[in-house]
Amino acid sequence: MASLTTSIDRRRRVVNSVMTSLTAICAVFVSVLLLLIIGYIAVQGFSSLSFQFLTDTPKPVGEGGGIGNAIVGSAIMTLLAALIGLPVGIAAGVYLSEYGKNWFGNTVRFIADTLIGIPSIIIGIFIYTLVVLPMGRQSALAGGLALAIIMIPIVARTTEEMIRLVPNSMREGALALGAPQWRVSLNIVLPAAASGIATGAMLSIARVTGETAPLLFTALNSRFYNFYLDQPMSSLTVQIFNYATGPFEVEHAMAWAATLILVATILVINIFVRTVTRKKF
Amino acid sequence: MSDGRASSITQMQSKISISNLDFFYGKAQALFDINLEIPEREIIAFIGPSGCGKSTFLRTLNRMNDTIPIARVDGNVTIDGENIYAPGTDVVALRRKVGMVFQKSNPFPKSIFENVAYGIRINGIHQNKADMQERVEKALRDAALWAEVKDRLNTSAFGLSGGQQQRLCIARALAVQPEVILMDEPASALDPIATQKIEELVVELKKEYTIVIVTHNMQQASRVSDKTAFFMLGKLVEYNATQKMFQNPDEKLTEDYITGRFG
Amino acid sequence: MAQTGAFGDKIFRTVLLIAAASILLIVAAIFYMMVQNSMPSIQQFGIGFLFGREWKPAQSEYGALPFIYGTVVSSVIALIIAVPISLGIAIFLVEQAPKSVARPIAFMVELLAAIPSVVYGLWGIFVLAPFIRVYLGPVLQDYLGWLPLFQGRLTGIGMMTGGIILALMITPIVTAVVRDVLEAVPTTQREAALALGATKWETTTIVLGNAASGIAGAVVLGLGRAIGETMAVTMVIGNSPQISASLFEPANTIASLLAANFAEATDKIYLSALIEIGLVLFLVTFVVNAFAKLLILGVASGTNSAKHV
Repeated sequence: MASLTTSIDRRRRVVNSVMTSLTAICAVFVSVLLLLIIGYIAVQGFSSLSFQFLTDTPKPVGEGGGIGNAIVGSAIMTLLAALIGLPVGIAAGVYLSEYGKNWFGNTVRFIADTLIGIPSIIIGIFIYTLVVLPMGRQSALAGGLALAIIMIPIVARTTEEMIRLVPNSMREGALALGAPQWRVSLNIVLPAAASGIATGAMLSIARVTGETAPLLFTALNSRFYNFYLDQPMSSLTVQIFNYATGPFEVEHAMAWAATLILVATILVINIFVRTVTRKKF
Repeated sequence: MSDGRASSITQMQSKISISNLDFFYGKAQALFDINLEIPEREIIAFIGPSGCGKSTFLRTLNRMNDTIPIARVDGNVTIDGENIYAPGTDVVALRRKVGMVFQKSNPFPKSIFENVAYGIRINGIHQNKADMQERVEKALRDAALWAEVKDRLNTSAFGLSGGQQQRLCIARALAVQPEVILMDEPASALDPIATQKIEELVVELKKEYTIVIVTHNMQQASRVSDKTAFFMLGKLVEYNATQKMFQNPDEKLTEDYITGRFG
Repeated sequence: MAQTGAFGDKIFRTVLLIAAASILLIVAAIFYMMVQNSMPSIQQFGIGFLFGREWKPAQSEYGALPFIYGTVVSSVIALIIAVPISLGIAIFLVEQAPKSVARPIAFMVELLAAIPSVVYGLWGIFVLAPFIRVYLGPVLQDYLGWLPLFQGRLTGIGMMTGGIILALMITPIVTAVVRDVLEAVPTTQREAALALGATKWETTTIVLGNAASGIAGAVVLGLGRAIGETMAVTMVIGNSPQISASLFEPANTIASLLAANFAEATDKIYLSALIEIGLVLFLVTFVVNAFAKLLILGVASGTNSAKHV
C-alpha cells in the first residue's frame, strides 16, 4: 500500500485546483463588475449634480433643467403605494402565519409567490385597463396602485417569514393567560416581529422606488411639479428612461445624475437594512 | 495512567500510535494528553459518556477534523510509523488508508453499484470495467450485503433498509482497500437485528482490517472488541483488554461507569 | 370577557382574511382584464397570431412570433452565460470560501439584485453596447464570423446585448437559490466523500448531485426572470420586430415590445394585440415560476429518495 507522502493522481490535483480557481474567479468577477457599475454611475452622475438640478423641472434642451418634479413624483407615488400596499401586505402576512396552515393559506402563498414573479409591465397593463381607460387619462393614482400591487405579495411573504420566527412559547404564554388570539397577535407577536417586518417593508419600498415599467403608461410622465393624484405624474425612473433613450447628450448626462440619486437612495436603504439586521449569516 | 503508555517494542508493532495528543476547538480544549497504541488487526472500542471526546478523537485519526476551521491538533498521531499531521501529508491518501463509517448511514444519491464504485473511481484503482465489477462484488460480499442486492445493483441506494444502507456504507469504505476502518457508533440508529448483523460483520472484518469503533453501548463493546479505551471529559481514563476492562478494571472511575453509576 | 375575545377574534381574522384573499383577487382580476381586452385581437387573428411573422401596425397586421422568438433567444443567451457563473459563485460561497470572504461577496451579489432595471439599461446603452461594438463583437466576428449567429451589422444594440444584460440581471437570483439549495445538503454527504479520499472538488460534485433538482429549479427561476425582464432589455435590444439569425441584429422581446410601444398604441386593435401578447407573457411566466417552485421545494423537503444521479 502506498505511503502517505506519495502524491495522488496529478490529474485529480490539477482538476481540484482549476475548479477551485474557476469558482473564485466567478465570484470575484461579479463583485468587481458591481463595483465598476456603481463607480461608473458615481463618476458619470456626479458632474451633473447641482442644487438646481435637484429642484428644477425639465426644460427644453440647452436650457438646463432638472429632476425636481421627478423626485417628488416618485416620492408621492411610492408613498401612495406604501399606504395601500403595506397595510394589506402585512395583514395578509399575519393571516398566513397565524391562520394560514390550511389549503386556503397554501393557495394564497402559492399565488403570492407567482404574483411576485409576474413581470411588472403586466401589472402596468392591468392597471391601464382597470383605471386609466375608465378614467380617460393617466394618473398618479394609477401609478401608485400599480406599485402597490407589486408591493403587496412581497410584504406579505416577508411579514409571514418574520412572524414565523417568533417562538411559539411566546404565543402560548399569552394564550395561557387567557388573552384572545387577536390580542396575542397584535400585542405580543407583531411587536416581537416588528423589526423584521420593518425590514421587509423598507426593502419593498426600495424595490418599488426602482420600478419603471408599471409607471410607463399608468402615470406616464410630466414636465411639471404636480400634486394632484388624478393627473399624470413624473417619476425618477421614467425620467431616466426618457433621458437615456433620447438623442441629446445633455439629457444623457442628466440621466446619469438622476441614476446616481436613485441608486444611492436604494443602496443606502439596502445597506442600512442589511447591516442593522443580520440576515443570513 | 494505564496500559496505554507503550514500550518501544510495542510501538513498533502498533498500527496506530498516538502520543501526547491535545485537541482544541478554538480556545476550548476537548482532548487532553491522549496516549494510545492501536495494534494491527484488532478491534478497539472507545466508550464513555456523551461529550467525552471519543468521536472527536476518532476523527483525528483520519483528519476529518480538518473540515472544522477552528480545530487544532497538538501532538503526534503516527500510522505505520508516519506522522499524519506532518506538513505535506497527503490527506487524500491518508483517507484511503483509513476509512470511516458514520453514525447515520449516508449513501450517495446514486445506485447501489455506483455507491460502492465511487471510491474506486475517484482513486482510479480499477483497471477496466470487468475489474470494477469484481471489486464492487468483493466489497459487497465482504460487507455481507451481496446476496441481498446482487439482483438490484442499479437501483437507488435509498431503496435499502437502514441496516442495509449501513452495510452499503461499509462496502463503500471497503472498496478503496483501507487498512484501518474507523466506525463512529455505526449501529446506534439501527434496530437490534440489524445491529447484530453489523456486529457480526465487524468481527469478521477483523481478519483483514484494524478496526476502531466508537460506541455508547457497553454491551456492544464487550461483545465485539479486543481492547477498550474509556474516555471521560476529554481524558483517557483507562485502556485495557476488554475482558479485563469489564470484569476487573484498574480505575475506579471505569468501574463506576461500567456499573452504571453515572450516565 | 370570553365573548368580546371571541368577537374580537372573529373581526381580526376576517380583516386579515380579506387582505389575504385580495392577493387571489388581484391575480384573478389581472387574468380577467387581460383576457377581456385581448378578445378583439383573439377574435380577429385566432391562433395564427402566435405564429405570424409580420408585425405591421400600420397595416393592421399582427404576428407575435418575432417577439416570442426574441424572448426565447435572449433568455437562452442569458441562461448560457448566467448559469455557469452563478453556479461558480454559489459553490465558492458555500463550499470553498471562509466566512470572512463569503460574507462580503454574498452581500455584493445581493446588491446587484437591488439595482433597478432602468439603471442596467442605461449602463447597457452607454457602456455595454459600445464595448460589444468595439471589442467583443469584432473579436467574435473575426473568429466565429462563419457562423450566421455572428454575421451582420454590428452596432452594439441587438439580441446579444439584450442577452448579456439579462445574464447580469438574473445572476443574483440564481446564485441565491443555488446557495440555499447547496446549504441544505447535509454535511454527512460531504463527510462520506471526504472519508473515501475525495478531493474538495470531488466532494463538491457529490453535493451538486444531491442538489440537482434544486439547481434545476434555480435555472428555471432564472428563466422566468429573464422572460419578464423589461426595462434593461428594452433599452438595448433595438425595438425591431424582426427574426434574424444574427445575434448582432436588433430584435424585440415581448416585454420590450410592450414597454416601447404600448403608450403609442392608438387604435383599438393595436392595443388589443399588444394586450394579447402581454397575456401570453403572463401565462408563460406563471407556468414557468410555478414549475420552478415545485423543483426547488422538492429538494427542500428532503425528498431525494427515489432519484439517483
